[in-house]
Amino acid sequence: MARLNVNPTRMVMTTLKGRLYTAMRGHKLMKDKRDELMKRFIELAKENKELRDRVEEHITGVYAGFSIAGAVMSREALEEALMYPKRSAAVSVSYANVMSVIVPEFEFDYKSVGDSDIYPYGFAHTSGELDGAIKDLSEVFPTMLELAAKEKKLALLAGEIERTRRRVNALEFIMIPNLQETIKFIRMKLDENERGNQVRLMKVKDMMLAEAIQERQNTN
Amino acid sequence: MYKVCVIGDRDSVLGFKAVGFDAFPCIGVDEAKKALSKAAKEGYAIVFITEGYAKKMLSAIDQYKEEKLPAIVPIPGMDGNFGVGFGKLKKSVERAVGADILFGGEHK
Repeated sequence: MARLNVNPTRMVMTTLKGRLYTAMRGHKLMKDKRDELMKRFIELAKENKELRDRVEEHITGVYAGFSIAGAVMSREALEEALMYPKRSAAVSVSYANVMSVIVPEFEFDYKSVGDSDIYPYGFAHTSGELDGAIKDLSEVFPTMLELAAKEKKLALLAGEIERTRRRVNALEFIMIPNLQETIKFIRMKLDENERGNQVRLMKVKDMMLAEAIQERQNTN
Repeated sequence: MYKVCVIGDRDSVLGFKAVGFDAFPCIGVDEAKKALSKAAKEGYAIVFITEGYAKKMLSAIDQYKEEKLPAIVPIPGMDGNFGVGFGKLKKSVERAVGADILFGGEHK
């Protein structure tokens, strides 16, 4: 592991120790966050898969209905019948915070007169297949909206998990080992200096002693 | 208040008008791309795209991956199911977990 490029002094070591503490704490928090996000993500992904299965199955049925209606009626008549919808699907969006990921939540407003009244046309010039297809579609469409919300949430969570995982790994395998290594290096260096200092002092003491002895012998 | 729209070929999107979605019938991928960016700008919260187009404009769709809105959802069109929706789901899982742990390669 690469050592950080710093001066081996006591003060730098103190700062580095502080950083190491923070990094370890951050690492633990990030890891917890990642685990929790992952738990939710997997739940969500399973739900999402089921929803999608359901929606795709139903929609295929709806298309079949429309194709038949299109075969029975003329294209113009079909378009005319659907030209002015009775419903309008409006969505109000609020934001929820899932583990510090801001995800949109959709709330749906079905502006319709009633459940029975979904057909935007009179029955005189249209075929029965069209009615069936539209009925089926109006049954799937709340599921479709739910699917949209879940899928968006899933995508956003996936991004956040990826980022968190990278951060955890960066801390675990780069930041923390580097700091530890640097601190160790500084401690070694300081110890070495300390020993050098000690030896020098002992030498100086010996020299001074020898000098003192010499002086005393001279005066005697 | 946000709206919901469907982008796709004419036959596929027509029916969705009945349930109150705005339909953007398109001919060709370029037109679909334009419709998508228009929809994103004009306050549509949810955009459904038929898979026939979605599979040809994945990069355009991916632009909105990190945005909160709109939610872009591929749905099967008249021309069939190409597994784009499941592919997207799978990619999300792979991105988060690092491996595909849910689907076990049953969808491609």
